[in-house]
Amino acid sequence: MSGRDHTRWRRLRAAAGIFGTALCAGTAAALLLIILGYVVQQGATAIDLPFLTQIPRPVGIEGGGVANGIVGSLIIVGIATLGAIPIGILTGIYLALYGRGRFPDVVRFMSDVLSGIPSIAIGLFAYTVLVQPMAHFSAVSASFAFMVMMLPIIVRATETAILSVPGTIYESALALGSSNYAAIVHGVLPAARPAIVTGLLLAVARVTGETAPLLFTAFGSQFWVLNPLRPMAELSLQIFTYALSPYESWHQQAWAGALLLIVAVFALNLLARLILTRRARV
Amino acid sequence: MAPHASIERHEYPALVTETQVRRGVAARTNARNSLMRRCFPLMVGSATGIFVLIIAALFVELLVNSLPSIRQFGPGFLWSSEWNPVTERFGALPFIYGTIVSSLIALAIAAWIGILGAAFLAEFSPRYLATPLGFIIELLAAVPSVVYGLWGLFCLAPAMQHYIEPALQRYLGFLPIFSGPAYGVGLLTAALILALMIVPTVIAISRDLLQAVPAEMREALLALGATRWDTFKMVVLPYARAGIFGACILALGRALGETIATTMVIGNRPAISLSLLAPSYTLSSVIANEFTEATTRLYLSALIELGLVLFLISVLVNSLARLLMRAVFGTVVRP
Repeated sequence: MSGRDHTRWRRLRAAAGIFGTALCAGTAAALLLIILGYVVQQGATAIDLPFLTQIPRPVGIEGGGVANGIVGSLIIVGIATLGAIPIGILTGIYLALYGRGRFPDVVRFMSDVLSGIPSIAIGLFAYTVLVQPMAHFSAVSASFAFMVMMLPIIVRATETAILSVPGTIYESALALGSSNYAAIVHGVLPAARPAIVTGLLLAVARVTGETAPLLFTAFGSQFWVLNPLRPMAELSLQIFTYALSPYESWHQQAWAGALLLIVAVFALNLLARLILTRRARV
Repeated sequence: MAPHASIERHEYPALVTETQVRRGVAARTNARNSLMRRCFPLMVGSATGIFVLIIAALFVELLVNSLPSIRQFGPGFLWSSEWNPVTERFGALPFIYGTIVSSLIALAIAAWIGILGAAFLAEFSPRYLATPLGFIIELLAAVPSVVYGLWGLFCLAPAMQHYIEPALQRYLGFLPIFSGPAYGVGLLTAALILALMIVPTVIAISRDLLQAVPAEMREALLALGATRWDTFKMVVLPYARAGIFGACILALGRALGETIATTMVIGNRPAISLSLLAPSYTLSSVIANEFTEATTRLYLSALIELGLVLFLISVLVNSLARLLMRAVFGTVVRP
């Protein structure tokens, strides 16, 4: 092979290789668009006002909606967020400020491993500590499972956010006469807030689409339930049950529910991203 | 342990004295602050304590509640393939097999698409393409698993049954892995859905790893006359290899624990079959399907022990992934 041929061969190989990588990235992106298109196409026709405002009808009767599931999702995720915020953010502050040494390293490692534990195992945990002692399924046990899933995300986001605040802010607060505490709470934390909020939103988005732990914690319900100590309906759980049912009208409702869920989760992700980019511009 | 001791006051002794602090801070916040200042380390410390306690309790609870089953079946639970709630004989092998095989096939597919896709985003693509593509792929990671399951059940599974699986049988049917009837739902369909779900994980982490490769490494090889493709293959990829391997293992961990989407498309039959087209079952799916129907204590305990097995597998896999990525980044990265 002459030198020129070899050069041509190398260029050809480079072009083919780069084309291959483009193909892979394109495939992944195209699959999302395909799934999204399919969900919109199937779901859009089934979403109407009764779907959003009514509770499920008994099997065999047309109509009905998932209003109780939407409200249930809000309640379950809301309680989970209320529980996860103080524990998660304070633990994140601990890791960021006092995080040198063996114990904080262990906490960090446990947190990372927890973020990879399957949600169904966390659901079993919630079952054994809350459902079994109470002797019935309840929305708070689902909230507890969600809270455990949210914690590692919030902890890591808070730690990273605080560590990325320039040390000069802390030091100038001290130079102005702040105490250590005031420098952290009034100086460092406000600067870290957008990134912490972003982490929080991503954590909420993560559990909003989660179904597995709900199967034996919230359990689902056909009725209006607002008491978090009782079994409660939840949107993603309704989608799951409807999809596996043999009824065509329920399949349609499952698609409509999926569309709602996707819109909610994407909105949370977009909001999180928006908060972060706006901060970067300042 | 006094956690507040490590941010040392004495780092700034000459600048701030106690008197200056009292004079400098407004009186209103001062009263509140002095109380909060004393409580703050306590609050931070106790929150961390609760966090650690929750994680420890997670393991202990799963272990304690599996004890009846562990006592009854011993380690044989792991390699017995009988699963009979009526006679109360329980073994985990079909579920472990289904979980591991479906996840490994998913990883084999997702690793290729993910690493090459990440290479495009990090190395080759123009910026106007990289940003939207990266964003779309991030959204792919945000799609709830029940939506993947729904799509898999009503869209992918019929396509598999009528087009893909018959084609596989026609051309590759002599292989035992493509034998048997085409159900649509089964191990292969589950693996494809799982692959789709973990591709974003592989892409997102690999892209960050590839971007972290120092520019001088590329420049050195380009200066020698290498093409961009050769540079990628010879320098960039080897440099990030350990981390990318870690990313793949992390993605494997995701696949192993995925419940809802797998449950909807794997066919839910506790049998070990050589054929990838046959229905199978995973650890998480059997928990999801049977937990609320488990009537006896032993049945419930056996299901929780499956959860414990899943927990231990994911702890193992995730620890490995973190260690590998730490080797490249010098710190732990998180997707």
